[in-house]
Amino acid sequence: MAMTLAEAIIARHTKDPVEPGAICRVSVDFAFTNDITGPPAIKEFKKMGATKVFDPMRCAILPDHFSPAKDIASAEQIKECRVFADEQEMLFWDVGRVGVEHAFLPENGLVLPGEIILGADSHTCTHGAMGALATGVGSTDLAAAWALGETWLRVPETMKVSYEGTPSEWICGKDMILALIGKIGVEGARYMALEFHGETLAELDLDDRFTLSNMAIEAGGKTGLINPDEKLLKYASARASRHFEPLFADKDAVYAKSISIDVTGMEPQVAMPHLPDNVKGVSEVTGTPVDQVFIGSCTNGRLSDLRVAAKILKGKKVYKKTRLMVIPASYEVYRAAMKEGLFDIFLDAGASISTPSCGPCLGGHLGILASGERCVSTSNRNFVGRMGSPKSEVVLAGPMVAAASAVAGHICHPREIV
Amino acid sequence: METFFSGKAWVYGDNVDTDVIIPARYLVTSDEKALAEHCMEDIDETFACGVLKGDIISAGNNFGCGSSREHAPISIKGSGVSCVVAKSFARIFYRNAINIGLPILECSETDRISKGDIIEIDLAEGSITNKTKGETYYAKPFPEFLQELIGLGGLVPYVQARLSEQSTVQE
Repeated sequence: MAMTLAEAIIARHTKDPVEPGAICRVSVDFAFTNDITGPPAIKEFKKMGATKVFDPMRCAILPDHFSPAKDIASAEQIKECRVFADEQEMLFWDVGRVGVEHAFLPENGLVLPGEIILGADSHTCTHGAMGALATGVGSTDLAAAWALGETWLRVPETMKVSYEGTPSEWICGKDMILALIGKIGVEGARYMALEFHGETLAELDLDDRFTLSNMAIEAGGKTGLINPDEKLLKYASARASRHFEPLFADKDAVYAKSISIDVTGMEPQVAMPHLPDNVKGVSEVTGTPVDQVFIGSCTNGRLSDLRVAAKILKGKKVYKKTRLMVIPASYEVYRAAMKEGLFDIFLDAGASISTPSCGPCLGGHLGILASGERCVSTSNRNFVGRMGSPKSEVVLAGPMVAAASAVAGHICHPREIV
Repeated sequence: METFFSGKAWVYGDNVDTDVIIPARYLVTSDEKALAEHCMEDIDETFACGVLKGDIISAGNNFGCGSSREHAPISIKGSGVSCVVAKSFARIFYRNAINIGLPILECSETDRISKGDIIEIDLAEGSITNKTKGETYYAKPFPEFLQELIGLGGLVPYVQARLSEQSTVQE
């Protein structure tokens, strides 16, 4: 039977028959939590009567959400993770070495093509861009994977998403994924895998591909897969921490649904409060005042995101009533951005630069919103209260719109600033 | 495991996300009771103080979308809610609820349930009886594997059994 990429990867990891809707017991190649989902996973792992993780080099905890510890309670949570990781001799990186998990893991060759990756974090789907079946689960599921080295998965139906056409210079991966979510809605791919295709995708750099896959969950998707190409395999091979064998969808695979998005003539997209599918072209909301801008997160905190933001900010100042926070997603990104001189551009513009962390994305720290405030954010969710006060607002956008809005003090098209 | 519940309904719409079920500012603990104090507070300030043991939550599509935080079903369970009935659930929430033993039912007729209606739920039958309106609705049955998992009481007992099988084989 011809298989989609999700089916092919599951088939390699199970003895059960693989067809959409079937439940399969699959082996897991890598399983990780963060500092929020870690402590409940540890508790459940112990309740299960497990004593050792299945393979300490394939099990990890990455404290990135409330780290560097924002208060005593989060310090205790991170300590619990650190102590457990130490006992288990499993992978753990502390402040100064870790980054936002979904930026850090691919950089360090810990998620690889053809693998099954479980993360106790909903944005684990990001690693679909590596050609891995990567999906988010809760803490108990993750604990079970640590204990058994396997999990159960329902074989997802796959939605094929083809990006065609030639984008303008103002379009990036974020606009492409927001356009999809706006079209299919926040549950348009519920229980399904997305598989991205198309001539535009082939041209896209890896950072933008991670952005695409990252927001598959915002359409309800289990993962956002991209078939490995030469560009990806070169990246993965140079960094791989273990042997891997990529898998590909069959040419005649059967898709539950196919959708095509033409990027020619597309204008930058933004998602207005309070759902990621409340998507508008930027011109429809130009002029909406902005108190804060956040450039960072597992969605858009990578080097190319910071580069395009810096290009817009160069020689400009952040509007006097607006504040701009830049948080590189990993130390690799941090160092590269610093060496390229991007930090000078941000600092000259009047932006803050913080250490790698999820920061304000989920309302943790480093830029929480007060009531009545509005933030343009390059992150992935704009739910009620996501970034602080339940009376605040988050508008999702790509790094170019975010940078331009910081300068203008209101939502605007980057072309108006440059 | 208890399979019969009765309580009043708390009614919400589509796309109730895990950030509003339990905001991230409270994720510095995974204690059931501590989380329950803030359950739903960003969309319904009356819930945490008004909910009684046995009450049910009735909602529309895509309940529990967003973050993977297991704290969301834990806070609902901690609040005393006996069951969440929704037209559909986001997939991570669906797994989490089953794993921690929070009963959930998928039912297309939740629009018939109004706030405060007295609801009786029979999990074994998958029936949802609206005593206030004198109607009964039926839930979509769970796949066989999940029925087993639910019957065992969640994922923890399942893994316990698997681990003891493994150690028996090793001996």
